[in-house]
Parts: sequence; C-alpha cells; structure tokens
Amino acid sequence: MIPELGTYALVLALCLSVLLSTIPMVGAQRGNLLWISFARPLSIGVFFFTAISFVALTYAFLANDFSVSYVANNSNTALPWYYRMSAVWGGHEGSLLLWVLTLAGWTLAVALKSRDLPADILGRVLGVMGIITTGFLLFVLFTSSPFERLLPRSPAEGADLNPLLQDFGLIVHPPMLYMGYVGFSVAFAFAIAALLSGRLDAAWARWSRPWTNVAWAFLTLGITLGSWWAYYELGWGGWWFWDPVENASLMPWLIGTALVHSLAVTEKRGVFKSWTVLLAIFAFSLSLLGTFLVRSGVLTSVHAFAADPERGFFILMLLLITIGGSLFLYALRASEVKSESSFSLVSRETMLLVNNVLLTVICFTVLLGTLYPLLVDALGMGKISVGPPYFNALSVPVGALLMLFLGVGAVTRWRRQDGTALLKQLVVPFVIAIVLGVLSLMLREGESTLWTYVGVILAFWLLVMAISDISDRVRRRSTPVLANLKRLPRSYYGMQMAHLGVAVLAVGIAMVSAFNEQRDLRMAPGDTQQVGDYTFVFEGARHFDGPNYSSDIATLRVFYKGEPYDVMQPEKRLYTARGTVMTEVALDPGLFRDLYVALGEPLENGAWAIRLQFKPYVRWLWLGGLLMTFGGILAATDPRYRKQSRREQSKLETANA
Amino acid sequence: MNPKRKKRLLIVLFILSGAGVAVGLTLYALSQNINLFFSPTQIAQGEAPVGTRIRAGGMVVEGSVNRDNKSLRVEFEVTDFQNSIPIVYSGILPDLFREGQGIVAQGELDASGKLQAVEVLAKHDENYMPPEVAEALEKAGKMPKPSGQEFNK
Repeated sequence: MIPELGTYALVLALCLSVLLSTIPMVGAQRGNLLWISFARPLSIGVFFFTAISFVALTYAFLANDFSVSYVANNSNTALPWYYRMSAVWGGHEGSLLLWVLTLAGWTLAVALKSRDLPADILGRVLGVMGIITTGFLLFVLFTSSPFERLLPRSPAEGADLNPLLQDFGLIVHPPMLYMGYVGFSVAFAFAIAALLSGRLDAAWARWSRPWTNVAWAFLTLGITLGSWWAYYELGWGGWWFWDPVENASLMPWLIGTALVHSLAVTEKRGVFKSWTVLLAIFAFSLSLLGTFLVRSGVLTSVHAFAADPERGFFILMLLLITIGGSLFLYALRASEVKSESSFSLVSRETMLLVNNVLLTVICFTVLLGTLYPLLVDALGMGKISVGPPYFNALSVPVGALLMLFLGVGAVTRWRRQDGTALLKQLVVPFVIAIVLGVLSLMLREGESTLWTYVGVILAFWLLVMAISDISDRVRRRSTPVLANLKRLPRSYYGMQMAHLGVAVLAVGIAMVSAFNEQRDLRMAPGDTQQVGDYTFVFEGARHFDGPNYSSDIATLRVFYKGEPYDVMQPEKRLYTARGTVMTEVALDPGLFRDLYVALGEPLENGAWAIRLQFKPYVRWLWLGGLLMTFGGILAATDPRYRKQSRREQSKLETANA
Repeated sequence: MNPKRKKRLLIVLFILSGAGVAVGLTLYALSQNINLFFSPTQIAQGEAPVGTRIRAGGMVVEGSVNRDNKSLRVEFEVTDFQNSIPIVYSGILPDLFREGQGIVAQGELDASGKLQAVEVLAKHDENYMPPEVAEALEKAGKMPKPSGQEFNK
C-alpha cells in the first residue's frame, strides 16, 4: 500500500511540475500576474509530493518490505537501521529519487527565499526549474521507478546493501554531491530566465550569486567527502584516481568555480555577461553529463553499478534537449547583450578572465580524457583507457599557473591598475614565499621534486598575499585594528578563506605525492617492518563475527622511535548475504601525517599480505576542501545581498507610488 | 588601431595562444597515456605489442592461481574460454579477485608472453563485469550462462 502511495505521489508531483513549467512561463510572456503567481504554490506542491514519495520509499526500507524489488536488492534484515535509511540512495532508482527531491528542494528554496525578485523573473526561474523537474520525474516514473513490486513471489530476505556503501561516508557523500550538482540548476534557471526576459544586468548577477555560491560550496563538500571516503573505504589509501566518475563531478566544479568568479565581475562591473551565461549553461550541462556518465553504465568505474541502455538513452536525450535548447536561446539573445563598462589590460577583470580561461582549459582536458575512450569505442577503434599521468600532466601545471594568478588577482584593482606599481607590490611577497617554501622543504628529510617546491612555494605565496592584503585594508583607516577587521565585509572573508583552502589543498597534494611511503608485504606473526620513524610489529589475526559479516582482525603494534605508540587493527570482512569481501583499514590520523594499515589476503601459516603506509599531510587535502566550502557559504550569506534587494524593493515602491 | 581594439586583440591573442598550447599539450599527453585493451585471444595470436603498457582481461582460470610462499608474487591465468594467458603480479590483489571472476590487468607483455602486471582491477559489484571482458567473452561466444543475463542488468 505505502509503495503505491509513493508512486501515486510521484505522478501527482509530475502533474504539478508540468503545470509549473507552463503556466508561469506563459504568464511571464504575456505579463499576466495571476498566472505568474501560480509559480510559488506549485513549487511547494511539487516538493510536497516528491517528499511524500521519498518518505514512502524510506518507510519501505525501514519496514523491510522485500516485496518492493528495489528494497529487496539493496537491503537486508540484518542491516542496522541507519544503513537501511541510507540504502534508500544506495542504488540507481533511489539515488535518482534523491536527485529529484533535491531539485524540488532547490525549487522550493528559490520560491520561498526570493520574495524580492521581480514577478516575471521569479516566474521564469521557477518555470525553468519546473521543466527540469518534469524531465527527471518522467525519467524516474518510466525507466527507474523504485516502487516496482516483486509479486507474488517476494523474497523473505533482501540481497543486502553493497558493503562498500555500508559506511558513514555514503550516508553523507551522495546527498551533498547532489545538492551541488542540482544546485547549479538554479544558476542555470536564472541564466535562462535572464535570456528570456532580455534583462542580463548586474541585478541578475546579484540574484544568481548567492545561489551559485551555495551550490558550489555543496559540490566542493561532496567531492571532498567522496575523496575522503575513497581514501579509507576503498582500502588502498588513494585519494583521487582520475576515475571517470570523479571527473564527472570535477568538471561541473571547475566550470562552477569559473562561474562564481565570472558572476562577481558581472555584478561589480557589468562585463563578461554573455560569458557568464554560457558558464551557467555549461555548469549545469556538465552536471547532467555527469549523471549520464554515472547512470548509463558506459564507463568502467567503481561507481558503475548496473547498466541499462534505455536509461542511458533517456538521460542522453535530456542532456541534448538541455544543451541544445539553452544554446539555441543563447544564440538568439546573446547578441543583444552589451557590456556596461570597459577595463584596461592590467586590472582585476583581466585577472579573473585569466582565472576563467585556465579553469576552462583544465575542464576541457579532463572532459577530453574522460570522453575519448568512449568516442574511440563508439567508432569501433578498440578499447582504450586514459591513465592518470595524462590528467596530472595537464592539471598540475595549469593549476600552478592558476595559483600564481590567484595571488596577483586578489590584490589587483578593478578597472585599471598601474602595472609597474603592481609588480613592485608583488616582488617582496614573492621572494618571501620562495624563501619560506625552499627553507621548509630543505629542513625536511626526503627527496622533493620540482613540483613539490612549486606547490609549497605557491601555497606560501597565497598565504603571504592574503596577509598583506588584509593588513593593507586594515591600515587604510585610522580607527582601531579590531574595528577595521570587523568592518570588512563577510564576503571578503569568505573569499580569503576559500583561497586559503586552495593553498592548504596545494600543500596536501604536494606533500603527500612527494613523501608518501608505502610497503606491500607478506607478514607472518612476529615480523617487523620500519616505515619512516615508525616500526610495525605484526602479532597475528583472529576471527570475529559481526551482525551481517564475519571478519579477520589483525593486530599490529606500532612503535615510534622505539617507544610503544599505538595498536592498529585492520580488518578483512566477508559479508555473508552477498559473499562480498571488504577491507576495513586501520588509521591513525594526524594533522601532519596518517598511518594507514590495510589487510590484503591471508597466506599460509597465519601470514597475511599487508599494506603499510605513511601519508604526510594527507588530511590537508580535505581540510582545504572544507575551507573552500566554508568560504563559499560565508560569501553567500553576506548580509549585503539582503540589504541590496530590500533597497531595490523600496526604490520600486517609491517609483510606483 | 585604436587602444581599445589593440587591447581586445591582445586578449584574444592571449586566449588563442593559450588554447593552442593547451590543445597541443593535451593531444601529446593523451597519445602518451593511452592503454589499449587486448583479449587473451588477441594476445595469443600475437596482436598485442611487447614492452608497451596495455590492458588485458578475462576470467581467472579455476585452479591457476599460484602464490610464491616467500613474497607477494602471484601468477594466474585469465581466459576468454578460447585462449588463456599467464599474468604475473607482485602486490596485494583486490578484494573481489577470485577464481572464476572477471578481472582487468594493466601491464606490459614480456618476451616470454607473460603479462607483467602493475595493477589488477576487479570491480566492487559481484554482478558487474568490466565491459571489455564482457565483450571479449561475447566475441569468443563464451559468455557464461545463465548467470550471463545477470551481468550488467
């Protein structure tokens, strides 16, 4: 009964979203305020019914209703309740339902939070969101309904959730990632609405900015969580594999980053407008492409669950309609867009243009490396794969260039800047950064490569530039320092924090790539092994039975410079329902290094294959991601956006009166 | 040329040259990092190059896994049920590595026709078969049935 209610609610949501995608759009075209005013209640309705359907599916999982085929395939009575809940998005059908729910949630948020928007813009934005929702609801209902029944022969026990996904990381990673992916639909909807109404101005950029920042922050968090999860759950201590599915989330992130910066220029200076619109279209298109790549099963990847050509075809059509339709509209309207001001060659505008070009270049190379194997396969020219060296060869140097310009751009003035004065301003910080970077690496044991130096020096470069910029701004006024610090806008702090995140991330990448130590060993009880300053003593493994698995737990004693330091217990689990083997690693996390022990397979006479790793600064990768996330949210919540819109509101009212 | 046009020209030139360099580098890096996939039959027929990084895959032959008892060196055979080839690997095998399971290995063929693997991949879903392996098996007409229908459903 409850699952049928879920389907029924989805059908209702579909009906409402069809209305949402037509009535307000037509109303905005004709200037009919009554028709436009349907947008808000319809958005609420779509969200309400999608939420009911989501709750119904969650209920089916919690109640172990194995007559529902999706539940039977992804759950089990032995599964703890919280994993039964996260199992809702553990497979294809449920994760798409979560996608739609997130989309409905964003639509609702726009409907409730944008009371200050002009009515026709709001109607169009919500209408575009409605069109996207309709597409995805059709997709769920026709190709991947999670509510299909296995009647009358329903199984007594479920097939269990994929053990890789039985983890805290999975509970949080997909929802955060989807919030980001789907969040770009808001920026997309604003861009389309602006194109339709022909009002591409600073106000449009200002409305769009906070939404884009929030979506970007969620996507950053989602990718960070995914990397962290892969690090400890996939078992081999890697944190980025250039896996096609990781690339699928990185591409919208790169274009989204470019969009966040380009929107800033459009709002402040009224230039780059058509470029910004194009970025908004591509950010969302790449999110759809990511969904297509993951869901169609065309990829060999850790994320490729099961493939179904019909589903892939459906998403491909959605993708083509979105890209084709929006680019067609863009071609029709973009020529009307005029820049509102000019700028000289040395200016912040140019610096942000460089940022945009570099980010787009990285995105393009990642796209090429990801799609090239598919293209070659489709042409029947053989099966190939593109290895990580390709991606590193391009993204590392371009990323370094990006950081170099980041340091310059943040202190360059809008509009026009004296080039020689700027160079003078930069020389001292650059020398300081080189000295600090080289010194800190020289004091460390171990071999550093050129790129280690580049990464660490550029990180110091960003740090020094941030400090000098903040102190410049504080000293410009004669009032007390603390008061001046308080006066700096919140979005400024957001920017500095996100940029600091880039520096922290760079340190993490440079250090862990250069100084990672790894030993794959055969260890019999009593064997010892030295890794860095740490000595590992293997004491043997014992058997253990968990709720839905049986496992072998090894014990390793760790000594730091001869002193007892820790006991680590990596595990090898056999999940009984599916007969799947899983590695549970033992970690000793630290700000400056992780110790990482993974258990391989059992060998004869109580010996095991064991992987020992010493990973310096690996936490900085995710710390950087968190700083960027937090920076994005700080910038999005700047009170300026609310004040500004209130001011416009009152201006409008006086004009009307 | 007025200054405004000159500035625009500079910016466009900058973008174009940047894009040109990027495309050049990209294509070069791509050509250096492509790994072709070969099925056991193709390798047995000598189609695969020796000493170049390639990918090979198939089903692990039952009873072929042979471990060295002092190190992590392991030898096994993969097959598409027409031909099989030996693979040598030193390291920890993935969790889903089992006899009878489809795997993909990455490495170089040595002069004796063994694949010296640097990486062995087996995917996390037991119903999932790497597409390359599935296609190689289908070509050989040896897709396992009826469980074959379970693959990639």
